[in-house]
Amino acid sequence: MEDKSHIEHLAEIRSLMERSSRFISLSGLSGIMAGTYALVGAYIARLYIKNSESYIEFIEGYSTRYVATSWTEFKVFILLGIAVAALSIATGFLLTMKRAKKNNQNMLDKSALRMLINLAIPLAAGGAFCTILLYQGYIGMVAPATLIFYGLSLVNGSKYTLDTIRHLGIVEIIIGLIAAIDLGNGLFYWALGFGVMHIVYGTAMWWKYERAK
Amino acid sequence: MINNINKAFESRVRLGVMSVLMVNDWMDFNSLKDLLDVTDGNLSSHITALEKLDYIEIRKEFVGKRPKTSYRVTQDGRKAFQDHLGALENLLNGLT
Repeated sequence: MEDKSHIEHLAEIRSLMERSSRFISLSGLSGIMAGTYALVGAYIARLYIKNSESYIEFIEGYSTRYVATSWTEFKVFILLGIAVAALSIATGFLLTMKRAKKNNQNMLDKSALRMLINLAIPLAAGGAFCTILLYQGYIGMVAPATLIFYGLSLVNGSKYTLDTIRHLGIVEIIIGLIAAIDLGNGLFYWALGFGVMHIVYGTAMWWKYERAK
Repeated sequence: MINNINKAFESRVRLGVMSVLMVNDWMDFNSLKDLLDVTDGNLSSHITALEKLDYIEIRKEFVGKRPKTSYRVTQDGRKAFQDHLGALENLLNGLT
């Protein structure tokens, strides 16, 4: 009887250490949803490019500038990007809140705040850097830069949440670097990084942590 | 060897407080309370006990107008807790 209580003690210690230092309630399902939104967004963007005159430039490979052929076209892309990001964040927030409740973890406790702050630092730097890239006219570099900075921010934030996030971050960085070499296919790499990878890793996370047990 | 089992950590709440503080630098009262799911009075009496043993230290500050009390594990507390874990481990190993 004595040893049973000791085993319970150890289990409790472990759970408290984990719960208090890491935000374990991230929902994998929200990753799957975010990936789906991104793919839909990329598909709409693709249709848009196809229907515009700038598509010629796109297939001829002078694509670093294809987005910039008209300002309205460019605005459509930015709006699409914002819409995808907003939808993803809203879905992620809702689903994660649900999971947090289940895990008895407060949505905005210390571990969640630490994770968010650490995510936000490279992400904010990346956002500023991409705005500068746009301003300086390096439009083709925007897609690779968003992927790289997003990956870095995931790696940074992963110290305070599930390990899967770290892997996803590294994959995003690699995709971003490849996109920077293979310039002009930004949309493809975006769809791969923000769409496919979110779905793949979201499914992995769901499988590992959330599946009805 | 059994002597290393520390009586101070036999209570669930004290064990919990120490576990949380081992992996967090300065944790405030309310966060501890939420994590451990205990009442104010219960938590504060166990915290006082741990403080008397010099296992944790206390910092009081004001956030706006509200007082906020935070806790951190001391060197002594860290060592005592690690010894306690070691003793538990030995005990369990001895049984298998």
